[in-house]
Amino acid sequence: MTENKQELTHEVLEELKSEFGDKIVEAEVKRKTRLRIKINGENVFDIADYLKNKLDFDHLSSIASVDYPETFEVVYHIWSYPRKILIQVNALVDKESARIKSLTPLWKSADWHEREVYDMMGIIFEGHPNLKRIFLPEDFKGYPLRKDFKIGPKPWYKED
Amino acid sequence: MDEEIRTEEFILNIGPQHPSTHGVTRLVTRLSGETVLEIEPVIGYLHRGLEKIGENKTYEKFLPLTDRMDYISSMTNNHAYVLAVEELLGIEVPARAEYLRVTLSELQRIANHLMFIAAFGADLGAWTIMMYGFREREMVLDLMSMLTGQRLLYNFMRVGGLKEDVPLGWVSKVREFLKALPEKLEDYKAYFYNNEIFLDRVEGVGILKAKDAINMGVTGPNLRAAGVAYDVRKDDPYSYYDRFDFDVITEKEGDTFSRFNVRFNEIYESLKIVKQGIEALPEGEVIAKVPRIIKPPAGEAYSRVEAPKGELAFYIVSDGKTDKPYRVKVRGPSFCNLSSFPYYAVGDIIPDVIANFASIDIVLGEVDR
Repeated sequence: MTENKQELTHEVLEELKSEFGDKIVEAEVKRKTRLRIKINGENVFDIADYLKNKLDFDHLSSIASVDYPETFEVVYHIWSYPRKILIQVNALVDKESARIKSLTPLWKSADWHEREVYDMMGIIFEGHPNLKRIFLPEDFKGYPLRKDFKIGPKPWYKED
Repeated sequence: MDEEIRTEEFILNIGPQHPSTHGVTRLVTRLSGETVLEIEPVIGYLHRGLEKIGENKTYEKFLPLTDRMDYISSMTNNHAYVLAVEELLGIEVPARAEYLRVTLSELQRIANHLMFIAAFGADLGAWTIMMYGFREREMVLDLMSMLTGQRLLYNFMRVGGLKEDVPLGWVSKVREFLKALPEKLEDYKAYFYNNEIFLDRVEGVGILKAKDAINMGVTGPNLRAAGVAYDVRKDDPYSYYDRFDFDVITEKEGDTFSRFNVRFNEIYESLKIVKQGIEALPEGEVIAKVPRIIKPPAGEAYSRVEAPKGELAFYIVSDGKTDKPYRVKVRGPSFCNLSSFPYYAVGDIIPDVIANFASIDIVLGEVDR
């Protein structure tokens, strides 16, 4: 059974590679039900569309974001109910523009996830119907999960 | 007098301070008469920036904070977090610890579902059942406090195992509990299933179809109530769940009643697992050999568990240089379940919205983090 599963995961990877070729920057099978690919941000919608509609990856589990020194990464975790495989898609996003296409046309669940990433990391999702802050107040300055965000003393706190 | 009666739409804020919001959230509802035209949940009242705090604390020091996300079921939060760190480190956990982890997670699920039943009853005006639910939940909390010294925020799991072994006599206490609870649950059945008012309030209310539920990222009992037999414990087993025998409870309708039913019947499955867990409990260590300073090699880990409320996941990135995570991201089930709520609550009347909202079982500590 486990052998079988591993093969299935490899199959998905091969199919993705043959469809998208060098649009996939990096790919690996992490363990038997985990697949990881790295792509450029501009291809994310096409690849997600293919994953959802052709390969049955139907559950967008989460959208995370990471601030690396040279680039932002938006990390999608997508699970397939029929195949029982989890794919992790790391999409590289340029630090200057910080823009990526929204996946809300594919998944309704992307709505809040993308708002959270926008709120915390300041990445703009193009085509999102309602991109505004979700946790923090509207007038909050800065994006707290960026590494250059300074955690200082509270602005309302003054020592006598 | 042929003056026309003027009507207008009305905006009603449910919350932030309202018992049926289960914490502090606000539902901005646009009403026409009593029919809801639109709902917008406003969240963030409990936002503490736990993900940012996580980047500034060592791996061990973040563990108590995971308790404070889903504070109704902190043990499963602990579990998800340590699984992610163990994946980064590549640590093997001793068998005794794994069995105890499963047992504790299931006890936690029972506590969570009893709490759900109590709160659900309270929201529908059934105050007796609220007392019942809290009373039986206290039986689990007694077991937990015997073990950890805490009623709610346990901080009991450790990277590589557990804080300590179970105290003398704990296992026999669990056996007593396993015997006592099913008798009490009979009262619940009589109370709910023979109660016409209750059935009227919940049957056919807030229907969520399987296809929509998947698209909206709904997980846990809410998804299973719509007929999708998805359970991380079965489909992507972690810990020792593949060694346990239990069923995944599903319903067909996807309405408020099904969501209640799934949770109620899951209590019995959890009892089954706890029973197997303490029967099969092997002797041995409860923690693996873990370095004093946890400094995982560079890499990413994504661990998922079936928390009582749905799929809970931690995504942790380590840069390999420090003893602090580079990034901690939490995928909370309540967050996603709440985001789907506006889609299937529209068109109901206000009392149905309250029943529906109670049935999705969210906790705001985890929504806001």
